[in-house]
Formats: sequence, C-alpha cells, structure tokens
Amino acid sequence: MATSPSPPRHLSVADMDALALGAWILGTGGGGDPYHKLLNVKQLFKSGRSACLIDPLSLADDALVAVVSSMGAPLVGQERIPDAAHALRPVRAMEEHLGRRFDAVMSMEIGGGNGVHPMMVAALTDYPVVDADGMGRAYPELQMTSFAVAGLTCAPFALSDIRANDVVITQAVDTRWVERISRRVTAECGSTAAICMAPRSGAEIKAHGILHTASQAIALGESVMSARRAHGDPVDAIINAGNGLKLFTGKVVDVDRRATEGFLRGQARIEGMDDDIGAEFTVHFQNEFSVGYRDCEAVVMTPDLICVVDSVSGDGIGTDVIRYGQRVNVLALPGPACFMSGAGLATVGPRAFGFDLDFRSVFES
Amino acid sequence: MSTNTGQVPPVGIKRIGIDVGGTNTDAVLVEGSTVLGAVKTVTSEDVTGGVRAALKNLAASTGDAMRDVTAVMIGTTHFVNAVVQRRDLNRAGALRVCLPASASLPPMVDWPDDLAALANGGNYLVAGGHEYDGRPIVALDERAIAEAGRKMKADGIAAAAVSAVFSPLTDACELRAADILRNENPDLHITRSGTLGRIGLLERENAALLNACLIDLSHRTIDAFEEAIRSSGIEARLYITQNDGTVVDAATARDQPVFSFASGPTNSMRGAAFLAGIGDAIVVDIGGTTSDVGCLKSGYPREANNVVKVGGVRTLFRMPDLLSIGLGGSTIVAERPLSIGPRSVGHRLRNEALVFGGETLTLSDIAVAAGLVEMGDKARVAHLPSTLIKDTITEARRMLTEAVDRMKTEASDPPLLAVGGAAMLTPERMDGICEVVRVPHHAVANAVGAAMAQISGEVDHVFRDMEREELLAEAERMARDRAIAAGAAADTLKVVDIDSIPMSYMPGRAVRARVRVVGDITALRAAKSAEPSST
Repeated sequence: MATSPSPPRHLSVADMDALALGAWILGTGGGGDPYHKLLNVKQLFKSGRSACLIDPLSLADDALVAVVSSMGAPLVGQERIPDAAHALRPVRAMEEHLGRRFDAVMSMEIGGGNGVHPMMVAALTDYPVVDADGMGRAYPELQMTSFAVAGLTCAPFALSDIRANDVVITQAVDTRWVERISRRVTAECGSTAAICMAPRSGAEIKAHGILHTASQAIALGESVMSARRAHGDPVDAIINAGNGLKLFTGKVVDVDRRATEGFLRGQARIEGMDDDIGAEFTVHFQNEFSVGYRDCEAVVMTPDLICVVDSVSGDGIGTDVIRYGQRVNVLALPGPACFMSGAGLATVGPRAFGFDLDFRSVFES
Repeated sequence: MSTNTGQVPPVGIKRIGIDVGGTNTDAVLVEGSTVLGAVKTVTSEDVTGGVRAALKNLAASTGDAMRDVTAVMIGTTHFVNAVVQRRDLNRAGALRVCLPASASLPPMVDWPDDLAALANGGNYLVAGGHEYDGRPIVALDERAIAEAGRKMKADGIAAAAVSAVFSPLTDACELRAADILRNENPDLHITRSGTLGRIGLLERENAALLNACLIDLSHRTIDAFEEAIRSSGIEARLYITQNDGTVVDAATARDQPVFSFASGPTNSMRGAAFLAGIGDAIVVDIGGTTSDVGCLKSGYPREANNVVKVGGVRTLFRMPDLLSIGLGGSTIVAERPLSIGPRSVGHRLRNEALVFGGETLTLSDIAVAAGLVEMGDKARVAHLPSTLIKDTITEARRMLTEAVDRMKTEASDPPLLAVGGAAMLTPERMDGICEVVRVPHHAVANAVGAAMAQISGEVDHVFRDMEREELLAEAERMARDRAIAAGAAADTLKVVDIDSIPMSYMPGRAVRARVRVVGDITALRAAKSAEPSST
C-alpha cells in the first residue's frame, strides 16, 4: 500500500461523543446503545486517563492485539451496567494464559456499544486502540467476523463474569463452536459477560481486519454533529461521510418483533413520504437489519449495511426500539470487501439469515 | 359507536379538582359528570395560599353545593418545578446494591453539576442485587449497609434512595437493605427504586434520588394542602394526581413526589377527553411557548417507553408520552426567510407582542391579524402583508399536523382534541384525523382532569417459559392486586395498557410484559353508600 501510516491520535471527549454516535449508526439497528460505555470513558477521562488511536498499518507484524467486546442481552446491560474494570478482566486472563502482554486492543465490532468497548480498556491501561475491527458494523454472532471468514484461529478465547469467574476456551473446532459454548456460559453468568477473542497479530490485522473503522465512525459522528450545529441535514451528512445511498424516506407504520433462538427477529414496515410517496419499504431484522424490500423487491441486503436513522436528528434507530410513527430514512453504506467473497457471503450473506436470496449489492448499478 | 372515556364517575359523588400550576391555580366542582362550578386564581408563593383562595372562590360561586364534597383531587407541578429551578431540595444519600457489578458509574454520574451539588448526600455501593431470573448476584453485604446507615446518620442525612440490580423484578435486596438502614436510623426516610421505576438501573436510581431529595418539600406541601382543605371547612379526603392520570391518597403521595411530575399535561389531556366526551384521541395543548401533543387510550395518556429528562436528569418511570414543539402564542415569527420559533417572548407576551404595543412579531399577532382571535390592539398588526399572515398560518399548521401525526401509533384516523390558550391555531381539518374537536371550557381542563381521576395498578415483569396468553393473564392478575391494594374497587378495574416484548439473547423464552389497570376509588363509593344522598 502506498500510503504511510497515520501518526497516533489522542482522543478527546468530543471524539468519544462522535464515536458513540457513529458507532450507533454503524450498528445497523443492533450492537446495543453505547451510552453506558461512553459514560465510562468520560468518567475515566475526568480522572485524568486518556486513550490513543493507532493506525493498524503501523503495527509490527508480530504485535499482539486483544480483540474485545461484551456478550449477552442488552437489557441485562441496563441493570448490570458495563464497567471498564470488568472489560479489562478477560484481557488479563488471556495474558496470563498466553504468558505475555498484549501490545494493543481493538473492537470485535465497531457497531453499537462494542465500538466504544475497547476505549474503556484503553483508558484504564496504557494500551493503544487499533483503528480497526472485525465486522465494520454489528452482527449477532462471533463467527461473523472477517477473521473467522479468513479461517484464522478461534482459540484461545477468554470470558469473564462480573464475579471472580474467568473461562478460557483453550481449543475449539471453529468460531461457531466458540459462539455456542460462550453463549451458554454467558447465560449461566446472568446473560452478560466481557470477552477477549483469539489474539490477533499485527500481520493478521493488516491482512484480514476491517481497517480504519473507528476513525470512520468518529468522522461519521462528527459530520452528524456539525450538520446539527449548522442546522443542516444530518442524514445527508451521513450519506456524504459514509459514501452511502438514501434508499427510502418514510414513516414506520408497523413493527413485528419476536424472539426466536435467542435473537430478536422481525420486520418494520415503512410507508413512503416525500419522493417515495406511494411506495412501501420493509426492513427485516435479526438483532440487526438484514434485508430491505422496496414494495416486493429485495433491494438491499447484508453484508451491505442497512441503517435506519431518524430523519431529523440522524440518530441510529435500534431494532429493539423502532416504533410506529417514527420518521426515518433507510440508508445503505458499503459493506466490507472481505464479506463479498464466497466464504464471506456464506457467513454473513442473506442466506446466513434465512433469506433465500442471491446477494446483490445495492452499490452495483 | 360508543366511546370509552375511562371516566365514568359515580353519579352523586361530588369532587373538587384543583390544578396548581406555575402561574394559575384552577379549581372545579364536579358532580358525576357535570361541572357545577369553575374558578381561576393566581398561584401564591407558598402554593397553599392559592389553594385556599381557590376553594374560597369556588365556595362563593357554587354555594351550598360544596358542603357534601367527598374528595379533593390536587394536581401540582410544584415538585418538578423545584427540580428544574433547583430550589427547596434536601440532600439524599444513595445506597446502591450492585457490587461487584455496576461499580464504575456511581450514583448521580450524569447529573448536571449544580443539581448534584445541592442534592448529593453521599454514595454507598455495596455487594448484592439480583440476576434477571431472581438469583442473587452475590450474597448481600449487610454489614456494609449498616455502616452506610451509620455514616448517613453521622452526616445528618435524613433521606436516602436505595436501589438494587433488577429490583423491578425482585425486591428482596432493596427491602432488606431498607430494613437495615432503618434499624440504624429509624428516622431516615427511604425511597426504594423498585417502587418507582422500570428496568434501567441508572435511570431508576435517578428517579429514586430525585424523589428522596424532594421528600422534605413533599411532606411540607401535602401537609399544607390538607391544612388548607381543613381550614376551608371541607371534610373530604385529599388525593394527589399522578403522571399516569390516576390518583393516590395523600399519605401515599407524600412519599412519591416524582409521580406528580407530569400531572399538569396529563390532567389537561384527561380533562379535554372528559369535556369532549371522547376517550381515544390525540390531544394538542397549545400554550404560550410550546405545543404538547399526547395520545389518549380509553381516557388515559399513553406512557413514554423512553428516557425522559427532568431538570437535566435522565429518568425512566411512569410518565406520559408527550411530544413538545416550540410553537405557541408567544412564539417569535421571523420574516425573510419565514421561520416560526423555537424562540419565544414567553410570559412577556403582554409587553413585547405587536398587538400589545411591543416590537416583536409573535404567533399571537399573526392570529389576531388573521382574525382567529381577538386580543390587544388589532390596528397594530394591520400593516402585516397578507402573504406573511397566510404563509405563517400555513407553516404553523404544517408543524402541528406533523407533530400530531408523529404521536399516532396506528394507521387509523383518530379525533384531535385542541386545548390551550392558543388552540385557535389548530386547523379545522387535518390529514389522518377524522375530526378536530375544540374542547369547551378548556381553560379549566386541568382541574377537570384532576377531579375525574381513578386509581391504578401497574406491573412490569419478565416471565419465562410461559405462553403469551398465560403470562399476560398472570401480569394482569398482579396489576389488579396492586390496584386493589392501592384502594381501587375490584369490580371497576379495567385494563388500559398491555404490552409484551420478547427478550433476545436470554435462555428460556423470556418475555417482558407490562400491564396497567385502573378503577374507581373504593373509599368514595363507601362514603357514598354511607351517606344519605343529597338532592
């Protein structure tokens, strides 16, 4: 690659606000509201801590990076509130298991609260945060990462309960098994846990990570905030900052939700307004928005990002809170290239979410 | 088509409804469904002076009819105003039963600094709390709770808020913690978060802390209301209206000031429904600086599911779902380009509006120029171009129409009830609305809404491994039990709100259900049957 790595970037409180806003949009309806994790980071900043974002291209090939996240039911996180010290625990457990220290941390998924998650760990330690993640958005399961799609190792894997319970999976068949086992353990711990996925080397991240997604989320959030300040259109700002497409403008007229096999599944029907008057758009979701139909035709599908945002504020709207009467725009943002391969589509394409559709990107004209 | 207004008060039962607002104190005397008298007085500095004056004026205008009143219902914005204006607050200690979880974000973490500085009476985090399925997270640290109680006592803290993880589902930890605190200091006033709020620890704890720091003011105010009624020669029970459009008796209300925060808009909506005889409707209350839009179902306001900020503090408890837009009689209109609000001249309307000799173009001026209302000097707006008047009215109505449409939750065409001082801005017809109803006597809708209130019971619970019908029936039974315990007559209970949402990523098909029921006040029916009926 011709470009040289960017220098480390010290993040401000305003950067964190922008990151949370951008991550919530990139969550494509899932990933959980970043509010509590953002508040954790702000508390740590107030006490003099800081966080620094580094370019993945600056990583040494043998650098070791902790890929962190929380796991469990968002509702439980409303009561057992995310805690920076807890987020650090599986990182320490993994270090003990490996017998060496990490060099940096990064997000498993940039979408939703997990986009802010590594910032808590960074603010509590001296680890920099690598400007990359494994999804470029939010997805419901652990195997839906670029690293799993690339066939990288899935173990060891560390999980910490809020009590003094740490679990390290030293060996697993594949990431799907890590998902199955850790999901069970998480349920037993009260349906919320902090996790550290299989350690990634600098070389692996440079080859298979989804790069610069944290700075993209910050830029996305900043564009929305500056549009608001200038009384401009935050939705246009998202489209410009994210190279996206506006697919539909309308009002939510029906929401159908059901919990099956541990997921929040359903669909939201949107009646057209403005340029889309007379048309109807239906977005299906499984925790995150997965497929969008204009009238009866599937026009957008995962791994393209389907973002439903508030028409006025530009805020992301979660699949757990979308409701009748909301004025929304349905936007598409380009999905990560690594998911467009055969293996990528097998993991996160429409069929992985139960839709008998051949993937066609909305960005292919 | 018959409409259920949710308000069918027993015939012959006389009630007085009083709305104590920031500016005016309104009072009405209602018998059955007839308004016998209505008065408007100025709210006094001490609040209760205005109540006394209102009762005196009401007695003067209705004469003997006041004698056999059985209940006085007061709705007041006094407590929410105290939070917003940062006055009359006492310090409150915060005990959170949560460790080892939820430690990094202490109580009052996201409060405005000025409010926290006034209200913070010390934070205490102790081990304990529950999982979502009721299991303990860890053993409750009773010794730490006792120590917290002793420290609060030594610090001279007289009120505390106790919150525990998942207390809306299992209150054992909060109850035990309150017992231990009381054991250390019998005089400590304790607010338990599980009695107020929903799932969402920080927001529920915030509600409990706001409640705790209003306790002194609440006790003083409710006692003074009772004294004002007694000294007016009325022998009637005092009830205080709540955010959800129901009432609780004065003894209960003393300990729950936060439940009266939104009683102003709630009573206004319910009063409008009663006066119009329509129970399912959208209500728009167009006042001086804002238009508040709410939604009534069977005469009760739909509840907000989201976080509601009070004085800058995030809360999540029983509040009506309201949409406020910056559009009212005092809203400033700018020309070239035309824009309406959100700035407003507020209470200075009578000095600054053109029709009152001022320099600022307001929506009231436009309304006068358009002939929608008469106030001030119409000659002072005669120079306004007709296109400006027409375009402004069109834009104001577009804003109202959009706000109303946003509050609809289903694709039907409900009626719209228009109340408030600037209700004339409401258009005659609106898309998606079957009929625009201008409510008669809307000036006292608040007080009428207070007078018509009933008693409720609510449940918000997570059920596991049950069929939907089965769990909803169980939730309804729990809600009915709570309403009856609060003083509702069992045979009058009706479900006014029912909602269930499946919870993802949890084992055992967990479903969170919320059910609310309302009914008549048992004590009033008893009072009625015990007394000879009046003519």
